[in-house]
Amino acid sequence: MKFLYYPGCTLKNKAKDLDIYARESALKLGFELIEVDEFQCCGGVFTTANDEIATKLASVRALKAAKAAGVPLVTVCSACHNVIKQTNYAMKNDAEFADKVNRYINDGDDYHGEAEVYHYLEVLRDIIGFDKIKEKCNGALKGKKIGAYYGCLLLRPSSVMGFDDPENPRIIEDMIKAAGAAPVIYGERNECCGGYAALEEPALVKKRCGIIDESAKAAGAEALVTACPLCRYNLVKNGANVPVLYFTELLHKALSEEI
Amino acid sequence: MKSKNELLRENIIRTSGADVKKCMKCGKCSGTCPSYDEMEYHPHQFVYMVETGDIEPLLNSESLYKCLTCFACVDRCPRGVQPAKVVEAVRLAAIRQQGKNRLTPDGVEKYLDDEIPQQAIVSAFRKYTK
Repeated sequence: MKFLYYPGCTLKNKAKDLDIYARESALKLGFELIEVDEFQCCGGVFTTANDEIATKLASVRALKAAKAAGVPLVTVCSACHNVIKQTNYAMKNDAEFADKVNRYINDGDDYHGEAEVYHYLEVLRDIIGFDKIKEKCNGALKGKKIGAYYGCLLLRPSSVMGFDDPENPRIIEDMIKAAGAAPVIYGERNECCGGYAALEEPALVKKRCGIIDESAKAAGAEALVTACPLCRYNLVKNGANVPVLYFTELLHKALSEEI
Repeated sequence: MKSKNELLRENIIRTSGADVKKCMKCGKCSGTCPSYDEMEYHPHQFVYMVETGDIEPLLNSESLYKCLTCFACVDRCPRGVQPAKVVEAVRLAAIRQQGKNRLTPDGVEKYLDDEIPQQAIVSAFRKYTK
């Protein structure tokens, strides 16, 4: 099974583990990620204003590539997923916006949100099935207490993302369970880490990360997993009490032949 | 003829795609905002002040740059007002003015360390600069 894959800027640089382990684990689970040719950076955050056209073109080009290939577009980074999914929603539901974009691109093939966008976790849940992980799991993570850190980008706005229950998600916990570890539920798992304020407002980010870390620690988490490079950076930089891993690293550990 | 302020108010409401009139002033948006303590004007005040046309104080407030675009207020608003989109439209009205870019390529270096992900830099430019 093949999917078109949008890695984004960070997975090619500071978050190589998120990318490499995603691809390797995919092969072990029977699917392949084919990178979008000459993809451009999504911009990291979606600009919500409906008169912003240029900031959304990179996403539209990737979506058009998936439409042309006739396969879903798969993302791994939370930020890319949020931006591309929100852009696709706008192309489908905001006719005036889509018309402006199509007139700008003007390549004879108008786009109206036809492509399907899946986050890697959704591919595991909805197409491959978590049972497949359970089947191939090596048992190395048995008894490990892992907290899922969702942050904001995968879940919200929930009416557009349709990823999971935004207030009580379970998709990452289900993956942790399938990988043989024990998921830990804690209150702050779907609250923001401070995101891009890391540049100008480090004190705000430090406060947010401290609250998240305390919440995870109090619930007994021995490690956290996330799909977002910026969440990981913020949590680690601000002295998380527990290791913070990418979800693909955990998956790779569970599927590895060497224990 | 419409005043400059009225034109700005209409533009903010139109580009935000939010319906500020639906707000029932319950304050849930501000109650759930992770940046509440750092803000001079809070999400519910953005909604109210745009509705009433009291926009100048917002345009000049640091609060514009405290919003994390986490969409907690959007998801948790019982009336579907989408306060984050109102904040964003006001921020764009501010930074689209000549010379009002918050972040410049020359000015970003001081914020960087060896580990900072590209995502943080591109996101900040998207939010703070036109």
